[in-house]
Amino acid sequence: MSLIWIAVIVLGAVGLIAAVVLFVASKKFAVEEDPRIAQISEVLPQANCGGCGYPGCSGFAGACVKAADAGSIEGMLCPVGGQPVMEKVASILGMEAAAATPKVAVVRCNGTCENRPRVVEFDGVRSCRVALMTGTGETACAFGCLGCGDCVNACQFGAIKINPQTGMPEVDENLCTACGACAKACPRKIIELRPKGPKGRRMVVKCVNRDKGVVANKVCKASCIGCGKCVKACPFEAITLANNLAYIDPEKCRLCRKCEEACPKGAIHAVNFPPRKPKTEAETPAQENKN
Amino acid sequence: MKTFRIGGVHPAENKLSAACPIKKAALPKQAVFSLYQHIGAPAKPVVAKGDEVKVGTMLADADGFVSAPVFSSVSGKVAKIDAIVDASGYRRPAIFVDVEGDVWEDSIDRSETLVTLKDRPELTAQDIVAKVKAAGVVGMGGATFPCHVKLSPPPGSKAECVVINGVECEPYLTADHRLMLEKPDEILVGVALIMKAVQVSKAYIGIENNKPDAIKLMTEKAAAYPGIEIVPLQVKYPQGGEKQLVQAITGREVPAPPAIPIQVGAVVQNVGTAYAIYEAVMKNKPLLERVITVTGKSVKQPTNFLARIGTPMSQLIEECGGLPEDTGKVIGGGPMMGKALMNLDVPVCKGSSGLLIMNNKEARRGEIQPCIRCAKCVSACPMGLEPYLLATGSALKNWELVEENDITSCIECGSCQFTCPSNRPMLDNIRMGKSTVMAMIRARNAKK
Repeated sequence: MSLIWIAVIVLGAVGLIAAVVLFVASKKFAVEEDPRIAQISEVLPQANCGGCGYPGCSGFAGACVKAADAGSIEGMLCPVGGQPVMEKVASILGMEAAAATPKVAVVRCNGTCENRPRVVEFDGVRSCRVALMTGTGETACAFGCLGCGDCVNACQFGAIKINPQTGMPEVDENLCTACGACAKACPRKIIELRPKGPKGRRMVVKCVNRDKGVVANKVCKASCIGCGKCVKACPFEAITLANNLAYIDPEKCRLCRKCEEACPKGAIHAVNFPPRKPKTEAETPAQENKN
Repeated sequence: MKTFRIGGVHPAENKLSAACPIKKAALPKQAVFSLYQHIGAPAKPVVAKGDEVKVGTMLADADGFVSAPVFSSVSGKVAKIDAIVDASGYRRPAIFVDVEGDVWEDSIDRSETLVTLKDRPELTAQDIVAKVKAAGVVGMGGATFPCHVKLSPPPGSKAECVVINGVECEPYLTADHRLMLEKPDEILVGVALIMKAVQVSKAYIGIENNKPDAIKLMTEKAAAYPGIEIVPLQVKYPQGGEKQLVQAITGREVPAPPAIPIQVGAVVQNVGTAYAIYEAVMKNKPLLERVITVTGKSVKQPTNFLARIGTPMSQLIEECGGLPEDTGKVIGGGPMMGKALMNLDVPVCKGSSGLLIMNNKEARRGEIQPCIRCAKCVSACPMGLEPYLLATGSALKNWELVEENDITSCIECGSCQFTCPSNRPMLDNIRMGKSTVMAMIRARNAKK
């Protein structure tokens, strides 16, 4: 009986002393943290994807508070949560959320098996970075998609997949959070984060080949040959031509689709537009919308 | 028998063309000269479209210290300065020359007579380095590092001996072997020139024991050249790696990168380079042809060619009896370190030591199995690294881990992958990791 009492008393005393020490320590060494950081962290999606450019969600929360103290949280964006989350963050900080344009990852290459013939077989590790070290990959295009799926592995949201028919990565717009992990993983810098556009509609040059037209034409049926017809066709000066490659500025583009008609190679894609009604017989049929 | 201390493998030798004398390859119809034939800055063209050139006319000049000029190996007219698709599929600038006749520059001595140092006592070290530089000689073993850079030791380092690589440890290749059998005196004079250029009195020529005829002949001939010693070596891959060779011959270990052999007092050159140096200095002949082995189990006639630089590889294959039907891969260089070619129209370059045509069976990779932790790769690594760790770390993009484990020391010899019973593609991942880590280190140094 007394043995049990001794045990109870000793353990109770140890527990009591420990509690006192811990209490004192927690008061004395308490780290002053801005309560807003914890509040913001709570509304963030906790995906810790790093898409915002900060190490995880708490890092982003800290940066938001710092930016708010400096005056403005403009430019801070959680790509996963998007506008609704940023509005919550702004209300915690007592500010107005800047209007952010939702973005989406866009694969700027249309070198499908059909458009771009495979000239050699790559039997190494299925990794774009490894393929890049051995040469131009399986096709003769020195700029296009290598098709080994580094972007697929980088995506934490399952939004990007290789289509086995075309051998090309395809982005699921509903799942894509525009965190930019795929764009970072792509060794050829083919994936670009572009504004989704009104109703998700946008114009994209699906090619990154900077070779001269003759060369680009030879390696891929769907390549941009830098002919400049789209530049002339564009009434809003939204298209620039550099290094034999056209680029559509999403800020200036007004979605008139004139460039799509002008492109002789079908390298300019209109995404998420409803199918065109044939107005006249002479008009070319609408491009199939591949996303 | 000497050899390097740790690691190494012994692949089947397959020296099919060892008995085949060096044969002059036919002149091509059009020769193509890449401006990227060496490590360093690409050469700058000095000719224009339509210019008449002779054999030995300079086409492009060196652009900077670590660079080398490119000379025409044919006579004719410059057709265009455009781009070629190189062995890895990328387009690189090149000069195209339409061949007409075979007219040589008058300054080149085309006679077969041997010129030794005794005939040219006035040559100084500076003269030799200047001539080597002007002739565009690069490392002929395949690394294509401009030769004059190696012959000018950086300040603070002193050369103590010259180590000549006559190892040819790659299976299949026999170019250096044949060169030693057919041009032993020229090589030895070349070695003497290297010794004079770096001001040392001792040179070793390492030859693997699977070439007894070359060892015998070179030893006999070397008696007439003071200070040159032939060192027979045990057959082991990668003995031709400069760090392995220096260790095998001198017993000294080259420290981890960025250290180079000169830090332990060794200047390493290949026998092919020694021959090119002889021709450049004594015969005034710029680097315009080289010995290249075209071989493979299914090739009708494996041959050692003396080919003009710029000759398309496809032409050499035709001369060997054409591309066999069961071809799986065509590899530029040897089977261990060579790279598969994307197309066969690539021209012979200064560093093309061989062309290996693998049949379907040889070319196929084995099925990748899980690592069974047998550590064969660790025993095989000649640099004392842990390949399984570096490969996994690279695949998982754990750059800190692979950097800590000295991935930059990897010489990419492929012994790990060769020895792996599970066919793990270790070298693929290690190469990727190494290049990433090297880029990170460069970026860090640039910031400082």
